[in-house]
Amino acid sequence: MIKREDVDHIGWLATIKVAEEEKDDFVAQFNSVLDYFHQLDELDTEDVEPTYRVVELVNVFREDESIESLPQEEALRNAPRREKGFFKSPRIV
Amino acid sequence: MENDVIIGLEVHVQLNKLKSKLFCGCSTDYQDAAPNTHTCPVCLGLPGTLPVVNKKSVEYAIRVSLALNCRVQEETLFYRKNYYYPDLPKAFQITQYDFPIGVGGRILIKGDDGKERVIRINRAHMEEDPGRLVHAGTIDRAKYAMVDYNRCGMALLEIVTEPDLRSPKEARTFLDKLRNILEYLDVFDGNLEGAMRVDSNISLKGGDRAEVKNISSHKGVEKALSYEITRQRNIRRRGMDVIQETRHYDELRGVTVSIRSKVGEHDYRYFPEPDLVPMKIADWVPRIEATLPELPDAKRERFKADYGIADDHAKSLTSDIRVANFYEVVALKTLPKEAAVWIADVLKGELNYRDASIDHFSSEHMVEILKMLGRKEITEKGGVEVIRHILDHGGSPGEVVKAKGLAKVEDDAVVEAVRSALKECDQAVADYRSGNENALNFVVGQVMKKTRGRADPGVVNKLVKEEVERL
Amino acid sequence: MLQELKDELLSGSAEDYVRSLFEKIEKSKLNAYNLLDKERAIDRAREFDKSPWKGLMAGIPIAIKDSLSTKGIETTCSSKILQGYVPPYDAHVIERLKEEGAIILGKTNMDEFCMGTSTETSCFGSARNPWDPDRVPGGSSGGSAAAVAAREAPCALGSDTGGSIRCPASFCGIVGVKTTYGLVSRYGLISYANSLEQIGPLTTTVEDSALLLEVIAGHDWRDSTSAKSKISYLEGLDSGVEGMVCGVPKEYFGEGVDESVERAVWDAISTLEDLGASWKEVSLPHTKYALAAYYIIAMSEASSNLARFDGLRYGLRLESDKNWHTTVSEIRAEGFGPEVKRRILLGTYALSAGYYGRYYLKALKVRTLIKEDFERALKDVDVLVTPTMPFPAFKIGERIQDPLSLYMADVFTVPINLAGVPAASVPCGFAEGLPIGLQIIGNHFEENAVLRAAKAYEDATPHHNATPPEVS
Repeated sequence: MIKREDVDHIGWLATIKVAEEEKDDFVAQFNSVLDYFHQLDELDTEDVEPTYRVVELVNVFREDESIESLPQEEALRNAPRREKGFFKSPRIV
Repeated sequence: MENDVIIGLEVHVQLNKLKSKLFCGCSTDYQDAAPNTHTCPVCLGLPGTLPVVNKKSVEYAIRVSLALNCRVQEETLFYRKNYYYPDLPKAFQITQYDFPIGVGGRILIKGDDGKERVIRINRAHMEEDPGRLVHAGTIDRAKYAMVDYNRCGMALLEIVTEPDLRSPKEARTFLDKLRNILEYLDVFDGNLEGAMRVDSNISLKGGDRAEVKNISSHKGVEKALSYEITRQRNIRRRGMDVIQETRHYDELRGVTVSIRSKVGEHDYRYFPEPDLVPMKIADWVPRIEATLPELPDAKRERFKADYGIADDHAKSLTSDIRVANFYEVVALKTLPKEAAVWIADVLKGELNYRDASIDHFSSEHMVEILKMLGRKEITEKGGVEVIRHILDHGGSPGEVVKAKGLAKVEDDAVVEAVRSALKECDQAVADYRSGNENALNFVVGQVMKKTRGRADPGVVNKLVKEEVERL
Repeated sequence: MLQELKDELLSGSAEDYVRSLFEKIEKSKLNAYNLLDKERAIDRAREFDKSPWKGLMAGIPIAIKDSLSTKGIETTCSSKILQGYVPPYDAHVIERLKEEGAIILGKTNMDEFCMGTSTETSCFGSARNPWDPDRVPGGSSGGSAAAVAAREAPCALGSDTGGSIRCPASFCGIVGVKTTYGLVSRYGLISYANSLEQIGPLTTTVEDSALLLEVIAGHDWRDSTSAKSKISYLEGLDSGVEGMVCGVPKEYFGEGVDESVERAVWDAISTLEDLGASWKEVSLPHTKYALAAYYIIAMSEASSNLARFDGLRYGLRLESDKNWHTTVSEIRAEGFGPEVKRRILLGTYALSAGYYGRYYLKALKVRTLIKEDFERALKDVDVLVTPTMPFPAFKIGERIQDPLSLYMADVFTVPINLAGVPAASVPCGFAEGLPIGLQIIGNHFEENAVLRAAKAYEDATPHHNATPPEVS
């Protein structure tokens, strides 16, 4: 179960800001869902293999051939900010 | 003092000899291209796109793993490494985590003490390159950053060593050797920008380690690590502990700086990539193993055995696959030992001085020069001049010898010159007679002047000594 | 119905038909569409009238869920964070539709990023159920289902991660099909939970769904999870159910299921018996754990799939002089609705260090148990027959305040996604004027059995002919 103090860390990992006024509701809903998840503790899965994917496929590849790329204008089309062909991003630090 | 330095390296090798990227078909020759011109919906991470694995990249990864003596996993798969940075369009990097393609290998290097050392490889795994961030200024003062995704999605092989390295110099030696092996395998061109990037971990025994990230040159790695050792020793001397942290190497100032760590630790939340399926590659290994080229160490031993050349020369000749191939072509047409001397000692030196690769010199020309030397048509000094001239101005050995008049002077003319010089240098002769051995050097110098340097100095020396007795 | 429509369009006017659809949509209060590609669709229809082309969908207009990438047409997943995003490429299924001559009407409303069972989490407001506009049409492909049921489109595409095609099909009284995982390429589907989702049809008849599957299903090299199997969906559709054995899982009845739903489903089983099938009780013992396993897996994958929405290359961008991480945190807080945020944060937590084993890995193991339940049950029977939803459409606003109660509605649909087996929902009756859905489930790659049973049932019943009161 999480506490109010944990919200900042989870929010940081998910890169979503959780406003102070939202935190209490958030913690309550979060914990009620987590509580529901704990149902799974009833099952003994010690010797069960996890199913990561339901397809039985292996070794799916493509050949090492080059395909035409998007023109620069297309690549940047949806970018809110750009400069000299680059995507512009807020400062890092 | 007991060596207490512990270094481990994580080397990111870009498989830039592939034609296309790891998970999409964008071409890999983006080096000189305008930004964001080698991208597609997949490597831009546009919503709804899916990765598809480049088969050859897996073959290359197996090749490298085998060459590094790793065990290739029977079944390998890709994972997501989740973190945020503007150069990572999906906010996760597709990489390997459990079941990397290669585990448990080794590279032999010559340690600082001249003895052979085993550097163990922990793992080799595949992952995609992020994009490239360009800052308007330095990272900590730029008002904004600019992102180019041309590089995003290029196939990388990450090679992780155990912390077996004991000095910055060893680290450099290791990197040189690794690069050499990789070029032998023809999986990457080490000259291209970003082809090999190194993260180094360094600590002093008993202390925490610092990670210095993302250095592109081997020299840079050596310098950064040297700086780190000093920095860490100084901290210890002051009675404090080294903090575990990530640092950045500032090439201009030659120092490492701490990258202010963010709130919270990195938690990459690895899980298997749901959009990709596992790769069962056990039966690819024998086929790929059979196509492995002769690697540097083996080639070196064979050169020593087949051509009877010294270890130093063999090492020098095999440190670059192109030089090794060049040598063999030449050695088969002339005398191997002489060829070794002239290529390893002379030609390589001239090339290094001009920052040129051996592709700038023709093996045919080398053969010709060696033959001329063998027939004593030119002196050694002449040979060097021919090489220099061809590198700087082109032409063929025959043309250069003629043009510069480098043909060795006929024996008679030399004898003539010796005799006339002895006649002129009576003071020198007198000094020699009164016991000054070195007085004859002056005479030799005069003979060389007379023959305009085209006489063989060894022969002149001998003749002068002979003729002086006859006077 | 689509076959007849094709013939009608050839002798009549596609342009008139398309215009009449737009007229209906523009007058409609159902909020089924996010965007209409009106000019282009009318142009295409006009071209078709002038010189008709060939193709399985020649001249047929279709509505597309807004989670599918359509080149040159804004694609938002009903989220603020993607407003203005125009994909530079078409999803594989869109390419296939175009190749077979379909005309795209527009993008339909949905739960934001497919996260919901009612379409109420859409940033454009909920779509409404044509049978009762105060009720939800189901979700997350609610817009597509409402459009088809209200005859605002002859057919539509949706996507199904935990029931998102079958639930709205059930609530709106139409047909919806989710194929075996891997049969329809996901290239171009904006991903919510990649190991669970499939694109599929929403139509008024079973044959129409089969036709759409014929067009959109099939191997695509751009999707590494794309199955290599070739299945013909139209073949044998009318073979009937003589000799077919239907399994009825006991866990899908009883507590929590509306009486009217149970009655309708048992009537349907009776009808199937009349048609020559037989039924027997089976058990899928881990059914009650499926919801928890599903949500853990879906939220975990979602937390990673939605991480890319940062406003740098597309979508919402705020003016900010703060640093990158802070700016992105604010954009995401602003651009995502509360349910999406909740799932991303829960998923992040479920994958995080120290919790991965307890939640994500555990859920994957439970998934194995559930998949094995289906495989075991389907060894002795041809198909499974269950209710699609435990109740008919609920009122807008009734459940949205309590996320858990909304999650519970998916109890019968999520196990199918966990197992990756195919399932269809067909209308099987009404409860006080609200449609009830019958779910038919098959083993991996046995969609033919599912569709055959669905068709036989449909042919023997009048439900597919019923239309909502507003529709004339």
